[in-house]
Amino acid sequence: MSIQSEARGPPSGSRGPYWFGLFWPAPSVSWQMAFFVAPLCLLVAITFWKVANFQLSADFTTANWVSMYSAGYFWDAFLYTLFLAAVTTVLISIIAFPCAYALAFKVSPATRRLGVFFLLTPFFTSFIVRVYSWQVILSNDGILNSGFGAVGLGPFNMLNNSFSTIVGFFTLAFPLVILLHLLSLSNVDRSIIEAAHNLRCGRVMTVFLIIVPAARVGLTLAACFAFLLSFGEYLSPSLLGGSRPPTLSVLLVDTVKSGNHWPKASVIAITMIVTLTLILFAAVKFAYHKSPGADRD
Amino acid sequence: MIDRLINGLFRVYILLAILFILMPILTLVVFSFNINRHPRLPWSEFSFIWYEAMWNDPAMQSGFVNSLIVAACVAVIATFIGFCTAYLDYRFRFRGKIAILAIFFMPPTIPIVILGMVFLVYLAKIGLFGELYSVVIGHVAYCAPFAMALVRMRLAQMDENLEAAAWNLGASEWTTIREIIIPFTRPAIIAALFLTMAVSFDEYMIAWFVSGLNETLPARILAVLQGQVTPQINAVGSVVFVISISLVLVAQFVLLVRRPQGSR
Repeated sequence: MSIQSEARGPPSGSRGPYWFGLFWPAPSVSWQMAFFVAPLCLLVAITFWKVANFQLSADFTTANWVSMYSAGYFWDAFLYTLFLAAVTTVLISIIAFPCAYALAFKVSPATRRLGVFFLLTPFFTSFIVRVYSWQVILSNDGILNSGFGAVGLGPFNMLNNSFSTIVGFFTLAFPLVILLHLLSLSNVDRSIIEAAHNLRCGRVMTVFLIIVPAARVGLTLAACFAFLLSFGEYLSPSLLGGSRPPTLSVLLVDTVKSGNHWPKASVIAITMIVTLTLILFAAVKFAYHKSPGADRD
Repeated sequence: MIDRLINGLFRVYILLAILFILMPILTLVVFSFNINRHPRLPWSEFSFIWYEAMWNDPAMQSGFVNSLIVAACVAVIATFIGFCTAYLDYRFRFRGKIAILAIFFMPPTIPIVILGMVFLVYLAKIGLFGELYSVVIGHVAYCAPFAMALVRMRLAQMDENLEAAAWNLGASEWTTIREIIIPFTRPAIIAALFLTMAVSFDEYMIAWFVSGLNETLPARILAVLQGQVTPQINAVGSVVFVISISLVLVAQFVLLVRRPQGSR
């Protein structure tokens, strides 16, 4: 690999290898090779290995792929995961947008900063603990239901179903999506909004005809993140959703932890990665495709 | 009139969204001080018993110490790698850079349940499974991109002529790193240390898969949640929350307070 310093490099008269230039890629490349790329390669290789007498041995068999892909429960989990992630993505996008819109256009800069602070807070605080907290809030003798009970309602069954799973996904992705929406809305040129108003485009029409198209790239990327996060999430479907029906992540963990069958688990993992890659690739293509007049950089 | 009504409605909407986001955290803290075994309304009586129970639980103690050790190691290694990669991106142009950066930023985009499994299989295969350093190995690739992003943003604020001036005055490239680049990026480096520490301290899935018997605190919490839950978890969660929010606040504080000094 030949590493060139940019034009503004120092005057150099020395011969021999350019040690300074070779140093900087070394940490990341060596670490990523040893502890990221190699593990991923092993993951692919292991799908062709076989398990006999609880022992894993190198082989070249397609048995794991065949047995996984011909299992009905695998496709059930696959479709359920896709369904949950898609519903979550749509709901989060719809619910987050007015919030980001209000933060971007309807409040003072000070309020906006405070809002952003509250949106950032959960980002780096224990997700597992927040999921547990939802369990406490949603359970049958939990906080919401004891509140409902006090006014003579319920109890409502809010735990161990798709609803609670989606609440978990929201906990993970909702703040991030609002932030991304806010970011893309603040990049929208204010003058085109004023122009629309001057041309007597109504408030609601302006949002849908001017603002949403102008912010399309950012909105789509936010939706991608929502999908990515909820597609592979494990705690919500297992601790809030009760693992029934299982999502791919639940199936993966069960196959590793109880089934102890790593090759089959690897098949699930690779299927998840490939699915995500395809869907995100399509979404990004959609975002940048014939984006009307929004061709920045 | 109608404008005011609409603005008011938007404010209520923002408040509701933030309430949804903060609700689990608030619930957790409030009920960690509740004496009742079952967290429900009405709130019964103020007490520290769950904190005492946590304090006296040996599994929680060792989990806490393990988490701190892992987080500290991860912070140092991930920040070092992140710093090198940020400077690489800032200073050099070469074929394959895009590929290196793409792979570098990949780990956080892969579902952590898959990362956990990938590291379990790999580390078990090469005989590095079940120790604290296994968790460190699993966390570094995941955390380094955060450190890289912080340092890279700081480098983007730097006047390019600073480096050139140092070279013209006879400083070698290494000296320039020591005397110009590191002092200039110090706030970002410190912030990256705290942020990667926070990310590692909260990470549960990779830790759960690869730590074996040397559980970190989040791995311990996950194990408890899958078995017999006691309100002690509320207390543990509150403590974990306070620690990670402090780390993040320190990171933000360092970045914001030190910024005016360097930028022109």
